[in-house]
Amino acid sequence: MNLTFREAMLTFKRAPLLSVLSVTTIAFSLFVLGLFGLVVINLQDALHGVEERVEVVAYLLPGAPIEATAQALKDIEAFPEVQSATYVSEDDALARARAELVELRDVMQELERNPLPASVEVKLKPGFRDTDHVAAVAERLRGFGFVDDVRFGRDWVEKLDRLRGLAAAVGIVVGAAFAVVAIIIIGTTIRMAVLQRSREIAIMRLVGATDGFIRRPFLLQGAIKGLLGGMVAIGLSFAAYLLINRYLLQSAFFNQEQAAAIVAFGALIGLVGSAMSVGRHLKRV
Amino acid sequence: MIKFTNVFKAFPKGGLALKDVSFHVAKGEFAFLTGHSGAGKSTVMKLIYAEERPTSGDVRVSGYDVNEMRPRDVPLLRRKLGIVFQDFRLLEDRTAEENVAFALEVTGARSSTIAARVMRVLTQVGLAAKAQAYPRELSGGEQQRVAIARALVNEPTVLLADEPTGNLDERATRGVFQLLRDINASGTAVVMATHDLDLVRQAPYRVIELQEGALVYDSAVDEARDQAAAP
Ligand SMILES: Nc1ncnc2c1ncn2[C@@H]1O[C@H](COP(=O)(O)OP(=O)(O)OP(=O)(O)O)[C@@H](O)[C@H]1O
Ligand SMILES: [Mg+2]
Repeated sequence: MNLTFREAMLTFKRAPLLSVLSVTTIAFSLFVLGLFGLVVINLQDALHGVEERVEVVAYLLPGAPIEATAQALKDIEAFPEVQSATYVSEDDALARARAELVELRDVMQELERNPLPASVEVKLKPGFRDTDHVAAVAERLRGFGFVDDVRFGRDWVEKLDRLRGLAAAVGIVVGAAFAVVAIIIIGTTIRMAVLQRSREIAIMRLVGATDGFIRRPFLLQGAIKGLLGGMVAIGLSFAAYLLINRYLLQSAFFNQEQAAAIVAFGALIGLVGSAMSVGRHLKRV
Repeated sequence: MIKFTNVFKAFPKGGLALKDVSFHVAKGEFAFLTGHSGAGKSTVMKLIYAEERPTSGDVRVSGYDVNEMRPRDVPLLRRKLGIVFQDFRLLEDRTAEENVAFALEVTGARSSTIAARVMRVLTQVGLAAKAQAYPRELSGGEQQRVAIARALVNEPTVLLADEPTGNLDERATRGVFQLLRDINASGTAVVMATHDLDLVRQAPYRVIELQEGALVYDSAVDEARDQAAAP
């Protein structure tokens, strides 16, 4: 291990230019991937914001008994899909309407009887905010005797579903394409490093080095280059994020896990890229 | 130790490089491999260190069957051999000492023993004083001594030398040849390819001669026959 590390480090010392070139190309391909990642997480945040507003409203029949409603509220909150269920009394509904519909305040004032029904507003947990789950919950709410009508924006939830599917598909396809390009670029730079040392590899084989022994420093070197490239890419993405926030729009940056994942991904493709180049070289000679 | 039996070697683009070659080099023996350029000397060497496999026939080296051996055993065979070339094949960016140590590290030798073993072989080849020198700071003869030290450091049973004096002047040639003789005297078999016939005549060693891929003379066989044919 010690020796592997020393040999891997020697590469950086002997071919500093090529090493810098490798790290830079890895950094830029990961940077492009990182920018795309930023777009994805910000889109996701936006989608989450929209999802938050998915709710099912059950309008109650007039004169529904308070005790029964309170019990029903508890039952509803116990549904596995449900995050919260809030009772909105007739008075609450009227107060809200007055606050929200300023233009009609005078009309409301003159009403003798409150025309608005009481309701239960049900919010779903994340992961259940799609058409099937929303419809299932709505169906169960209809089953309660004192529920008059259940409403949710079906079209709207369906659109949200499609948007989510599309975002995931585009994310996977574009992400995979960038990753493949990054692996090819890294493979090429490692290939140059391998060719540069082909004489040395030939001598190693002559004195009885196993392929595994020859391979290890290259794998380590590839992983380190990927790691460095990943870190530079995070730095570049952060700079881009600062610029975007300053001049374009408020957006989110990767959290620590996501940043670590990008760096780890860099190391992984460095490893895969060098494994492919060294493997090909060793097989050919 | 090294045994060729009816060996043929054809290269995809090169025709027959070896035709029906059979010989046997015993433990501790010194054998010259001679012949004109293109006769097949290097090809014999490559078959011995399993760089190439015979097209047909049998090559056995130090217990391995070169025809049948698994690729992963090739490094193990090479650790039993020391190999030296005309062009030295040293790593330019490592000192003499590091070049020799490299051959030990590669085989996973214990690092605590490496320095002492390296100094011992460098002393043996007469280069202890230049341990810190880089190849470009050494003469051809000195570089070849480093290469020989590297070949020796794993204590091989056979030293293969493919035209080891091909790039050296007469004095350096004598020095390197004497070194190979000393190594042989201490028990290591040596197979040396050369077309320097002066060198071959100087020493009472076994001579195997190739001509266009065929073995045309083997002193071990032919002298025995000549003696039998004499009165
Ligand atoms: N890899 C190869 N591919 C095709 N032909 C080859 C290959 N290696 C050797 N040969 C051919 O095999 C024949 C023997 O070559 P070899 O290198 O063994 O000769 P040699 O006796 O070592 O010559 P020299 O004294 O010049 O080193 C030559 O005709 C050469 O062209
Ligand atoms: Mg030759």
